Amino acid sequence: MGGTVKPGYVRPLDVKRGRVDLSHGSGGRAMAQLIEHLFVRAFDNEWLRQGNDGASLPALPGRLVMATDSHVVSPLFFPGGDIGCLSVHGTINDVAMVGAQPLYLSASFILEEGFPLGDLQRIVESMARAARDANVPIVTGDTKVVEQGKGDGVFITTTGLGVVPDTVCVAGDRAQPGDAIIVSGPIGDHGVAIMSVRENLSFTTSIASDTAALHGLVAAIVQSAPGIHCLRDPTRGGLATTLNEIASQSGVGMVLAEEAIPVRREVAAACELLGLDPLYVANEGKLVCVCAAEDADTVLTALRAHPLGREAALIGRVVEDVHCFVRMETVFGGTRMVDWLSGEQLPRIC
Amino acid sequence: MKYIDEFRDGKLARGLAQAIRAEVKPGRWYNFMEFCGGHTHAISRYGVEGLLPENVRMIHGPGCPVCVLPIGRVDSAIELALERGVTLCTYGDVMRVPASGPLTLMKAKARGADVRMVYSTLDALRIAQGEPQREVVFFAIGFETTTPPTAVAIKQAQALGLTNFSVFCNHVLTPAAISNILESPEVRKIGTVPLDGFVGPAHVSTVIGSQPYEFFAEEYEKPVVIAGFEPLDVMQAILMLVRQVNEGRAEVENEFTRAVTPEGNEKAKAVVAEVFELRRSFEWRGLGEVPYSALRIKETFRNFDAEARFGIGYRSVADAKGCECGAILRGVKRPEDCKLFGTVCTPEDPIGSCMVSSEGACAAHYTYGRFRGGAARRTG
Repeated sequence: MGGTVKPGYVRPLDVKRGRVDLSHGSGGRAMAQLIEHLFVRAFDNEWLRQGNDGASLPALPGRLVMATDSHVVSPLFFPGGDIGCLSVHGTINDVAMVGAQPLYLSASFILEEGFPLGDLQRIVESMARAARDANVPIVTGDTKVVEQGKGDGVFITTTGLGVVPDTVCVAGDRAQPGDAIIVSGPIGDHGVAIMSVRENLSFTTSIASDTAALHGLVAAIVQSAPGIHCLRDPTRGGLATTLNEIASQSGVGMVLAEEAIPVRREVAAACELLGLDPLYVANEGKLVCVCAAEDADTVLTALRAHPLGREAALIGRVVEDVHCFVRMETVFGGTRMVDWLSGEQLPRIC
Repeated sequence: MKYIDEFRDGKLARGLAQAIRAEVKPGRWYNFMEFCGGHTHAISRYGVEGLLPENVRMIHGPGCPVCVLPIGRVDSAIELALERGVTLCTYGDVMRVPASGPLTLMKAKARGADVRMVYSTLDALRIAQGEPQREVVFFAIGFETTTPPTAVAIKQAQALGLTNFSVFCNHVLTPAAISNILESPEVRKIGTVPLDGFVGPAHVSTVIGSQPYEFFAEEYEKPVVIAGFEPLDVMQAILMLVRQVNEGRAEVENEFTRAVTPEGNEKAKAVVAEVFELRRSFEWRGLGEVPYSALRIKETFRNFDAEARFGIGYRSVADAKGCECGAILRGVKRPEDCKLFGTVCTPEDPIGSCMVSSEGACAAHYTYGRFRGGAARRTG
């Protein structure tokens, strides 16, 4: 009697055929199993292994930087990436855009009942890979489950912590008339990649999302030109919206040269077909740098020496303008405004 | 991009600008109306106005489908979605057109209405097929370009035997609107809105051909040059119009020969004629009631006519107080003449329909041209 009972035995998680159910968010044994089997195994690091409610981290030198980002992209898997790596890159980039070195991440999952465990595993492994490649560990996390129909598969929120040396002062309000505006590569790849796999739009394209962690690129810039003024990643709303944000934060205007803005041919063609302007299409692996004109060459050289910045280009200059207008000299020879994005060009892009 | 970049070439544009400058007579004004929103958009987006001489003035016409949709029709659509519980499918821009109350279709969606943005009529059909328990209504708007796809959807729905699909038809006709503008007192009473010629529609003309414009050229003695939607097309058309004016000609000329024939697309015209018939009258925003200017679904396809199926009546609603969309659509006023422009009426929170679509005169000027401010104002 009792000889066959294995104390503490739990049937292994059936990742192949299993689905998320409400018990996976209940706080009980099923949740512990999901966390252990999927998350801890994939993200494994000394802080996560502590197994406490909060990760206890060593004291950090310099100013602390914190950023958070929620990810609701649809579809979850797209050419060039998935919601997993996107959620790691997105937050790392937000931390990096103040010139900081990202050090730790947290990850919070909202799962919908019925979501295939196999898909969840793919996403978690992609996150783990992205975090490992970026050398930024996921040190704490949370999982909640909502009833079927109350979510859309999986939503992921990540928070990042980093440090920035006191000598670096990068902020959106530091652009000055005369500054150079530089973009790290061709724009619009992420948005077009997502659109190409949307149910009601799907078209064949060789474009993949540019999703990437940019802190290495930022480190290269900051090292060669520590005095740069602004950094920002043009995600939702695209390059146009990012430039308008900087212009109004800094109280300046901008003049862009349309012919200098890098756009891949395939992206330009897809935008033409869909009636979109690449300037407003999202990026997940590009940055905009505003720096003094005399630093422009140094920044461009540093960018182009890095694999993620090979196609970096000088696209315009900062000017005085009380209206904070961003204007563009068109390829056609006219001048027009490049305004904020109005309305929603494409929902759930990241 | 092949076949695109050639029509946006800066060097050619400068050449054309020079040619226009050389041809215009100093001391006289050239007032041309581009009928289509597509042209308005191209002119603003590429900064074409900046390349034209001071005495060539472009008047933005009523050819923006979202802009001319009367408020009463948006009210009906919202009622269908919110109170009748239908799944309402429509094109993106329509979602943001303000109705008479505080709602737009987008806001109705946030209040629980099932409103879905589609890219084609076939998406709406697919939804009806996939969700047979839902009543699916396609809120159809647009000129002759979007009419044939609606006709095809209705025919397909019939072939598939769909019983849960119908169309709320608001398709309108270009030639009727041009006649209305030319007949309007402002244009007839010379001096109020001087009109020296038209840049004729691009895509609409691929369907209806160039022949329907012969009447205007002859009857009203106004030159028409049909032009493509690329900026060089527009510049070339302006040059052709200037020449006609200078030589005292009033003819229909076709700059867009790569796509437009005199007869148009016979197949498309046939399917439209099979499914639709003329309405005796239809209200246009800005133009008011325009006789024989819109289409309705024929009796043979009554089962697919949302107006019949849901007993939709029509109630005309006046524009918001202070909104000058009407006068702007007729070319009587310019966006910057409206007190609401850029103050309470912006693309984020439009009061008038001209601020909704990127093809609307106000939205185009706000988005691309407002840095010019008052400096760009010119009078005829």
